[in-house]
Amino acid sequence: MEPMPQIPMLSYDVVVIGGGPAGMAAAAKAKELGLNVLLLDENDYLGGILPQCIHPGFGIHYFKEELTGPEFAARLAKRMIENGVEYRTSARVLEIRNYSDLEKVVIFTSPSGVYQVWAKAIIYAAGARERHAFEIGIVGDRVAGIYTAGEAQTLMDIYGVLPGKEIVIVGSGDVGLIMARRFALEGAKVKAVVELMPYPGGLARNVMILRDFNIPLYLGHRVVEVRGKGRVQRVKIVKVDENLNEVPGSEFWIEADTLVISAGLIPSVKKLKKIGVEIDPSTGGPVVNDRLETSVPGIFVAGNSLLINDLVDYVAEQGELAAEGAKEFIEKGGIESRKWVKVEKGANVRLVAPHYLSGDRDLYLYLRVSRPMENVEVRIPETGKKVRLPVVKPAEMVRVKLRAEEIRKAQERLTVEVVGA
Amino acid sequence: MRKTYCFTCIVCPLGCAIEVELEDGKVVGVTGHTCPRGEEWAIQEVTNPKRIVMSVVPVEGGALPTVSVRTAEPVPKEKIAELMKFLTGLRLKAPIKIGQVVAEWEGIKIVATRGA
Repeated sequence: MEPMPQIPMLSYDVVVIGGGPAGMAAAAKAKELGLNVLLLDENDYLGGILPQCIHPGFGIHYFKEELTGPEFAARLAKRMIENGVEYRTSARVLEIRNYSDLEKVVIFTSPSGVYQVWAKAIIYAAGARERHAFEIGIVGDRVAGIYTAGEAQTLMDIYGVLPGKEIVIVGSGDVGLIMARRFALEGAKVKAVVELMPYPGGLARNVMILRDFNIPLYLGHRVVEVRGKGRVQRVKIVKVDENLNEVPGSEFWIEADTLVISAGLIPSVKKLKKIGVEIDPSTGGPVVNDRLETSVPGIFVAGNSLLINDLVDYVAEQGELAAEGAKEFIEKGGIESRKWVKVEKGANVRLVAPHYLSGDRDLYLYLRVSRPMENVEVRIPETGKKVRLPVVKPAEMVRVKLRAEEIRKAQERLTVEVVGA
Repeated sequence: MRKTYCFTCIVCPLGCAIEVELEDGKVVGVTGHTCPRGEEWAIQEVTNPKRIVMSVVPVEGGALPTVSVRTAEPVPKEKIAELMKFLTGLRLKAPIKIGQVVAEWEGIKIVATRGA
């Protein structure tokens, strides 16, 4: 295939798309493995969302030390830069083209112009996007003062701007709870955290924030409407029954100037879909093998583009695995397996990745359950694997190590199930 | 006066439901915990709860308009509002290195968690 003559051309072994923890770990590892790497990020600083996650709790597995988000990001950036990884910030990827297994092109814009990069492999680590108000059925006036939790976090913790004074937060996942704390600490009044489900969505250590600041939590409730002139003035909340249907007559209004939506993340995979990468509807990310290679050979994926992770440590771990995959792919001209074992979802497993296992290597299975359970076993009957866990929650990812020889016991498929011990 | 506090332990992912019973401000019983670390945490949580505090401080001449900071050690919960007031008054100048102590408040070091 001929390069596009009018666009300046660069050439690397691997292009990493995304400068968050997955991308930075992937780039650092790929360079350490001897590959020539370029990392691209559309933001004007490295780190993805980490520089705005100023609370501690990161890195306990990966760095064996408790760090804040910016500290975690700085360590990865240092490792990457000291290794000699080239990177461009303010670089927005327009398109990915897959000409052949070892010929891929990434076209990006940057302040110095448009470029095309030819690469043998791509590691896609573009993260996720947040669900916004329209997607969760909130209707009403189009007013200022509606933010996603990440937007509010960027405003407060990068730019030093308090987005509002009287806040209602939708969603009690970790991001919503952490933002509740930031608002409360900075002197705003958090009037309610509203959670659709009958149980809080976040880790226990974050649910504690509500008690610390006397923030009311409405479980089994939904924000349905926003009203205001120019700016949010009040939000309507209703109770829902066990089938998540609204309970008639249960509605009430809360006065607030700001509505913060923390209703979950969705892997950003648009550009991958365009080149035909197969997507798993349950994770929202690509279907991958145990090197995190997608259905398009030589395109690897890691971090929240693969599946929504709850710990950044796992994200960085996936970045390194994708880098190892890219190295193998480039060296051997493709990733081969004698036969792939397909991973199937069993009882109480909502999602699981990777999807195809070679049995050539040890790996981690990442899975989430559908409903909370206590005293359970994660079982893979075809391999005889059993892992006992005291508690599983939909909000917390379960990570299970599988050894190559265990995988080889399975014939064509293996089933992951979470059942009472 | 007897008072019972119930909460979910956060020492590890087990998340035990711990109950701490106080009589006239003294701990008289802890139940529901699985390990000694949980018991210790629960007692501290009712007698002298402490938290790491994080915020951002405006910075002049840096790449970003703020620098993120945290306390080097956990701060007693009832003093957090006062500490936040102190942080609100802080103004910093670049260059600032990650890990640099940028201020001190009542003997507690305030550490930069980003560079600027």
